Amino acid sequence: MSALRHLTAPLIRENPITLQILGICSALAVTTSLTTAATMCAALTVVLTLSATIISAIRRHIPSSIRLIVQITIISSLVIVIDEFLQAYAFSISQRLSIFVGLIVTNCIVLGRAEAFAVRNPPLPAAFDALGNGLGYSLILLIVGTIREFFGAGTLFGYAVVVTQADGGWFQPLGLMQLAPSAFFIIGLLIWAIRTRWTTQIEAPEHRIGRVSEERS
Amino acid sequence: MSEPRTAWGRFLARPNDDRTKTLGIAFLTAFISALVVSTTSIALKPLQDANIAAEQAARMDAMLDALPGLRALMEETGVTALETRLVDLDAGDWSDADPTGYDFAAAFTEPEASTPLPPEADIAGLGNRPVLAPVHLLEREGELMLIVLPMAVSGYASTIRAMLALEPDLNTVAALSITEQGETPGLGARIEDPAWQAQWPGKEVTNDAGEIVFSVVRGQASGPHEVDAISGATRTSNAIHNMMRFWMGEWGYGPFLDRLEEEGL
Repeated sequence: MSALRHLTAPLIRENPITLQILGICSALAVTTSLTTAATMCAALTVVLTLSATIISAIRRHIPSSIRLIVQITIISSLVIVIDEFLQAYAFSISQRLSIFVGLIVTNCIVLGRAEAFAVRNPPLPAAFDALGNGLGYSLILLIVGTIREFFGAGTLFGYAVVVTQADGGWFQPLGLMQLAPSAFFIIGLLIWAIRTRWTTQIEAPEHRIGRVSEERS
Repeated sequence: MSEPRTAWGRFLARPNDDRTKTLGIAFLTAFISALVVSTTSIALKPLQDANIAAEQAARMDAMLDALPGLRALMEETGVTALETRLVDLDAGDWSDADPTGYDFAAAFTEPEASTPLPPEADIAGLGNRPVLAPVHLLEREGELMLIVLPMAVSGYASTIRAMLALEPDLNTVAALSITEQGETPGLGARIEDPAWQAQWPGKEVTNDAGEIVFSVVRGQASGPHEVDAISGATRTSNAIHNMMRFWMGEWGYGPFLDRLEEEGL
C-alpha cells in the first residue's frame, strides 16, 4: 500500500509545482496551448520515471564522488532519446516545443526526485514516486494550459470552443493569457487554493514588519 | 559472503569510493548512454528528414496557394512544382552545383560553405552568409514568371526564416512567407498571421532610381514601398525590415538580381 501512497501523494498535496515550486520554467513556457502542454507532460513523465528507475537500480554502485554527473548523464541521454522520438513521430509539436524538451535535463523535478528518493529506495517505489510526481506536474500543466488556451484563444487542443471576434463571434481573446505572466498568476492562485485547504503547507514568514522596533526598546 | 568469482562480480564488490570502480562506473555510464543516444539518433534519422522535407514542401505549397492565379499558370505551363536552382551569392550568378539535398539553414554555420560578413554590412545579424542559396523559379518558354528567394534574419527571440516571391520585374513582391520563427506568441509571432502578410503583395522593393527603399514602418504605412510594423513587436518588425534591406542589397541577392534583369534566364 505504501507504494501506492508514493504515487498519489505528489498529485495534489505534495505536488512538485505547488508545494516544492519546482519545474516552474517549463510550466510557464509550454502552457499556451493544451497540445504542447500535454506533450511536454508525457515527455517529462517518461523521462522522470525511467531515470528514477534506472538510477534506483544502480544506486548501490554509484560512487558518491561522481554521483551527480552519473545521474545527469542518464537523465540527459533519456531526454535526447525522447526528443529524437518526438522529432520523428510528432514533428509539428516538437517544433512548437522547441528547446523545452531539451531543457527537461535541467528541470529540477527530475534531478530532485533522483537525489531525494531514487538513490535511497528500491526501483519499484522509486518508479511509483517518479510517476506520481510526473502526473502531479502534468495535472498542474494541464489545468494552466486549459485556462490559458481557453481564455487566450477560445480553443481547446486547437479546436474552437467559442467563436472569437476575429471569426465573427462574440468572444474577445485575452491577450495576456498567451504571455508568460498569466501562468504565474494561475499557478499562484492554485498554490493559494491548495494552501487554504491544507494549512500545514503555509510557510512561516521569514521577515516580520512592525513590532521589531518595540521589541528592541 | 563468499568471494565473487567473475571479474564483473569482483568489480561490483569493490567499495564505491574505490578509484577503479569510480572510473569504471563513469566509463560504463558514458558508454551505455552514448550507445543508446547514437542508436536512436541514427535509427530515427530517415523519419526526421522526411518530416523536415514534408514540412518545407507544405510551406512552399501554402505560399504558392496564396499567390493569385499562380496555380492556373502552373497548370498552363504543365509543371507541378517550382524548379530549384542554386545561386552563387558571392559571384552573383547561377551555380552549377546540384541543389538536391542542399541544406541552406545549415550552411550559415559551416565556415567552408559561407562567407563571413563585415560588421557594418551585417544588418541582419547573421555573422556568416551561405555562398549558395537555393532559389525556386517558374519559367514559361524561357521567360521568368516568378522567383522565390529564401531569406533569414536574427529576430528578437529566434532566427526568422522566410521566402520572398518576386514578380518577373524582380522588384514587385508577389508574396512573403515565414517558414520558421520563434518570436513572442501573440506579438512578434504575428508575422505568420495571414492578415499581416496580406499587405505585402504588390509592394515594391526599389524606387525608380534603383535604391532599396522598402520599409517596415510604425504607424500608418503609405505608398508602394511600406508595410505596417506589428505593434508591440518593434524588434521583430525591425528584423523583417533589416532582412529585406540585407537580402535585397549587395551582400544578398542584389548582384544576382541585377544580372538576371540584364541577361535574363
